[in-house]
Amino acid sequence: MLRLPRLRYLRPATAAEAAARLAELGTRAMFVAGGTDLFPNLKRRQFEPDTLVQVPPLKGLRRADGHFEIGATVTLAEAAAHAGLRAALPGFAEAAGLVSSPPLRNAGTLGGNLCVDTRCNYYNMTYEWRKSIGFCLKKDGDICLVAPSSPRCWAVSSSDTAPAAMVLGASVVLAGPDGERELPVAALYRDDGIEYLAKQPHEVVTAIRLPAPKGLLTGYVKLRRRGSIDFPLAGAAVALTLDGPIVTGCRVALAAVASHPLEVPEAGAFLVGKRLTDETISAAAELAAKPARPLDNADLTHFWRKKMVRVIVERAIRRAATPSVT
Amino acid sequence: MPKVDGAPKVTGQAVYADDIDLPRMLHCKILRAQLPHARILSVDASAARRIPGVKAVITGQDLPIRFGILPVTQDEAALEGEKVRYVGDPVAAVAAVDEETAAAACDAIKVEYQELKPVMSIEEALKEAADEPIQAYTKRSDNVHRMVSYEFGDLAAGFARADHVREDVFFFQGSTHLPMEQHSAVATYAGGRVTLWSSTQVVHYVHRALSKVLELPMSRIRVIGAAHGGGFGGKTDPFAHEIVVAKLAMLTGRPVKCTLTREEVFYAHRGRHPVLMWVKTGVTRDGRITAMHFRSALDGGAYGSYGAASIFYTGTLQTVTYDIPAYKFEGARVFTNKAPCGPKRGHGTPQPRFAVELHLEKIAREIGLEPVELKRRNFVKPFSRAVNWLRITSCGLEECTEKVLAASGYADRQRQPGRGLGFAISAYMSGAGTAIYWNDMPHSEVQLKVDRTGVTLFCGAMDIGQGSDSVLAQIAAEELGLEPKDIHLVTADTDTTPIDLGSYSSRVTFMAGNAAVEAARRMRALLVAAVAQKMGVADLEEIDVADGRIGEFSFEEASVLAEEKFGALASAGSYKPPRIGGPFKGSGVGPSPAYSYSACVVEVTADARSGIVTVERVWIAHDIGRAINPLLVEGQVEGSVYMALGEALMEEQVYRQGLHKWPSMLEYKSPTFLETPEMHTFLVETDDPEGPYGAKEAGQGPLLPVIPAVNLAVQDALGIWIDEIPVTPEKVLRALEAKAKGEPPRFGPKVFPSVPYPEPIRVEPPDPGDLRVGDELEAAFPSSPRVR
Repeated sequence: MLRLPRLRYLRPATAAEAAARLAELGTRAMFVAGGTDLFPNLKRRQFEPDTLVQVPPLKGLRRADGHFEIGATVTLAEAAAHAGLRAALPGFAEAAGLVSSPPLRNAGTLGGNLCVDTRCNYYNMTYEWRKSIGFCLKKDGDICLVAPSSPRCWAVSSSDTAPAAMVLGASVVLAGPDGERELPVAALYRDDGIEYLAKQPHEVVTAIRLPAPKGLLTGYVKLRRRGSIDFPLAGAAVALTLDGPIVTGCRVALAAVASHPLEVPEAGAFLVGKRLTDETISAAAELAAKPARPLDNADLTHFWRKKMVRVIVERAIRRAATPSVT
Repeated sequence: MPKVDGAPKVTGQAVYADDIDLPRMLHCKILRAQLPHARILSVDASAARRIPGVKAVITGQDLPIRFGILPVTQDEAALEGEKVRYVGDPVAAVAAVDEETAAAACDAIKVEYQELKPVMSIEEALKEAADEPIQAYTKRSDNVHRMVSYEFGDLAAGFARADHVREDVFFFQGSTHLPMEQHSAVATYAGGRVTLWSSTQVVHYVHRALSKVLELPMSRIRVIGAAHGGGFGGKTDPFAHEIVVAKLAMLTGRPVKCTLTREEVFYAHRGRHPVLMWVKTGVTRDGRITAMHFRSALDGGAYGSYGAASIFYTGTLQTVTYDIPAYKFEGARVFTNKAPCGPKRGHGTPQPRFAVELHLEKIAREIGLEPVELKRRNFVKPFSRAVNWLRITSCGLEECTEKVLAASGYADRQRQPGRGLGFAISAYMSGAGTAIYWNDMPHSEVQLKVDRTGVTLFCGAMDIGQGSDSVLAQIAAEELGLEPKDIHLVTADTDTTPIDLGSYSSRVTFMAGNAAVEAARRMRALLVAAVAQKMGVADLEEIDVADGRIGEFSFEEASVLAEEKFGALASAGSYKPPRIGGPFKGSGVGPSPAYSYSACVVEVTADARSGIVTVERVWIAHDIGRAINPLLVEGQVEGSVYMALGEALMEEQVYRQGLHKWPSMLEYKSPTFLETPEMHTFLVETDDPEGPYGAKEAGQGPLLPVIPAVNLAVQDALGIWIDEIPVTPEKVLRALEAKAKGEPPRFGPKVFPSVPYPEPIRVEPPDPGDLRVGDELEAAFPSSPRVR
């Protein structure tokens, strides 16, 4: 069977201490929270640290001053089941509830899903398979196998909760050895399959702040082959505000169509000042789909996935707006 | 009635091969080829041997003798020494103190290769090989493995009297078995004997292969089937790792274990062949088939495996489903640089079943006949002989059809876009009529012992989850008036149990069941005789055997009486199927003592926007002959439906850049509980005269009609033809786009390649009423070759 490499496992008491240990150990160490993505990757040697630093328990899911403050190690299952969150921000709660499968949502954390490694079906394979096909840029090699003429890595951002957080204007709290800072989720990512996080490697996500203004309508639609287990082939998150039938605000962000969660401001802006009709929804979805660049490195064909982006954006807008669609 | 081995399996008491942990046991890892096609120039294992903890490293020269499941294709080596033929081909093996050390040692073995051009498709394989053919023994310049061609009856005359003739081309993509348990084997060598525990479906054939490759007589080898976590045909060959651990145990004198990784299971494969098919059928105005011409081209992967039989299976069973008065079949299998294909549930028959069901539906629509009606007009009749000499006994096709049509409301369905129903039927063998290697011995044997411990039943049958242990216990209990829990079972151990050929071709209930009936009746006769004597009853018929009593004695008292009278109480039974094949060469593949029948209706919703197809409900009726254990039969039927839906909609064993594209359980998509629809299962009982208590098979046949029924339901929902498996969302959208443009509303292969089939063997059809078998049949055709 595939076995984990031998590892040193550290369990610091606080987030600051965890950050300090990582700062000190550098690339030899990695954070682990739920481990649902990290452990399989370690077994396949996607990562070869000699030390794992456990993110200490950062629990708590509270509503305060028009926003939710959620500890980074709150599990995806806890977030998905939270009545207050489901009522106020159904798009976000549903995104959390659509990650992987029930057992993995019981272990996987929100912080972990926001930071989940980018994926590519040339990369998420065993050491032996990767050795056979030739190692790639993201691990052990110097070429991108999905786009060989490209100088960069095109691994796919595969977090469901990231775009759902992004459309809320959410932020994360990061702890470093010398204190905390707050960073918008939109600024947490970089458009690169390898260096996909913009935070310092030793900074640990301790909390997520989700604005939840009254009247905000949210929706998330996930495209995948099966009703469980699978990472997104595409995802569409929408947040809307309405004044009567007129859209007063709209944000649209996509999962799994680029190396980072992709917000498409044009799509949201297009709807502002308009009614939600079949025509406006369809036009907004078309705008949203434009920058999506799926490649041949995930399930099914990228042609089909590209076509589906429009479909799921439409569905996400309707899902958010129901019953306000005319 | 629950399975006798159910509780141990769900409580963790069952001992699977990987659970076996013996003192001083070593762990084995196999170094596998990382190129699809290459000559091996050198293997340098010196660095691996120097790693502390490494106890032995072996390469091709240590195991040079070739083996293979079929006598005609002994083309595999446990470790390849000269060339590799697919990514995953075994090259060297290490035994070390733990798995990590063995893996590190494999990584340290240096193999120098000369790359050869890989062949990755049927079309490429039919061309002249660029460098050299994948297998030299075919003595051909292309990569064709084998070809067959038969013509039964007068094809030209059949087509001449048809009012309508149609041709179609279909493609069925390959898929793998995906058993929950990976293959695993543990070997010991002590006292000059090898003992192997393995997760296998074919204890006996592994025994034979070990004997051949290790050059040990079978008497010095013991093979034990460990508790089994699923096979579906994927553990029906002898495998490299089984031979390798035995060899390493012999070299080191220590127990050696090898458990394959999930990735290696994808390489071991032996799964569904990708098959291209061309079919041409003539029908009369009223829908009666007059002639059918069927061509197949199978992508076999790199080795023979069961392939020589798989070719036949794509052709032979057409005639036991529909009555075809003239039939020509041409089949070919090619070698490609992929993991070898073999027998997956339904072995070679789901592909043609899919093609023929869609093809007949197209014909029916062209001639303006309701498709179900056209199919029904052509159903085979019970107790008849098909044009290719296959003997049909009990046949519940019509009853199965009635059940599913009525339950699904098929005829009165509301037609609405995006929702559809599809109907299809099938037939399958209850055990292959011939053994894999020529011999005239029984295919299955059972021994019974009765003593102060109670009743113990010994049989070589391997329970792979299909429930053969439960069936054996039930049969013995039935005959002896006991409960299944009263029967102790010793199974699948070549030292202690008499032979059963293995859990393949849906043969175990039928054959081991018949052997168990015979053994148990013989034991009952002894018990009854002793009781009758004691009671002073002359007529043995007067002695009741039921509810734990024999006559006026408890079973235990009766067994004491019998042991006093006869001495040690032992009985045996065996079963050998009648020789059924017709008087022509190659008639040995396809004959079965009985065929099961199934009919199925599938309901789907199909989203025209995304092309996503969701199966809502399945109604399936299966002619089981007689259900010895209805719960187990329903389980087999529903498991078949589940597996079929995976093949119909998502599973694909596909390759990219010479490698398996996704040898992982996450990336290779197979359905979950959420994709499993509501199922309505109906068992139809036809009491087959040859089966034990009238029983026939259940493990494979019910898979067959489900796949075409899905395609036909998609057709019903969206008005498009997906002439290819699997039905992916993109294919649906492409067919809808074609439809919107006014092109044929279809997705599928356009042409069938040119295959150099040989001249057909022409066979006179039999008298459809001639049901003779065995010596009687052979005596009537003295020139007939011995059925092989």
